[in-house]
Amino acid sequence: MERETDPSRRDMLKAAGTLAAGCGALLLRVSPAEATPAAMQAAIRNVIGEAAVKPGKVTLDIPPLVENGNTVALTVTVDSPMTPASFVKAIHIFNEKNPQPNVIGIHLGPRAGKASVSTRIRLADSQKVIAIAELSDGSFWSDTVDVVVTLAACVEDLSP
Amino acid sequence: MSALINVPARAKRGEIITIKTLISHIMETGFRHGVTGDLIPRDIITSFVCRYNGEEIFRAELFPACAANPFITFNTVATESGTLTFTWSGDNGFAATETASIAVE
Repeated sequence: MERETDPSRRDMLKAAGTLAAGCGALLLRVSPAEATPAAMQAAIRNVIGEAAVKPGKVTLDIPPLVENGNTVALTVTVDSPMTPASFVKAIHIFNEKNPQPNVIGIHLGPRAGKASVSTRIRLADSQKVIAIAELSDGSFWSDTVDVVVTLAACVEDLSP
Repeated sequence: MSALINVPARAKRGEIITIKTLISHIMETGFRHGVTGDLIPRDIITSFVCRYNGEEIFRAELFPACAANPFITFNTVATESGTLTFTWSGDNGFAATETASIAVE
């Protein structure tokens, strides 16, 4: 019995290994242009200027483990009274490893009543996603989440 | 035009209402290759604006990292009865407008 099952298990492992290597090769092949953490920093500076960004006040609600990177639901909530004296002016979302570091830019005002926005995004790889909020007093706050993606977006190339 | 808008039909004055919007769009990233190996040109919605009786209350800039059929949820304070106008615009001259009315008592 043991002898009969052993080779099949070995075969299975071998096949799994080959499959994993194939997937790896596929992932390596499909990265036409990739944003890097440096590109993300550059994009952030491009949008918010030289202002200092402090962690806090922002809650980025995104699943830590994503099965399908083609559509990832997220919610950003900012702790703000949303009064004419103190409100959230903008929320920007960036990523590290998609072909482009920008994801979405949102502009709000005191009329929003509540600084909470939901949308759906694409993620091409496991990576960090960062949400930065600009408040009416000129301060910037952020929240960063590490997301693991099992099926990446943008890999469904039609070329052979 | 294939857009779905969810706005409460009536609300109390000063109440915070949640608005949900969904529009059908491929959001082609411009990073994918076609059968011939050529890049498929970018075709995305780049901008979304919501106006409440003409005044802008929400605006978003979209990038290729936004999923197909962009879905955006946000809030606003119900100030007066009237019309909410939703406008999407994008590549290749894409433009769509939807309206929803709200009664504030």
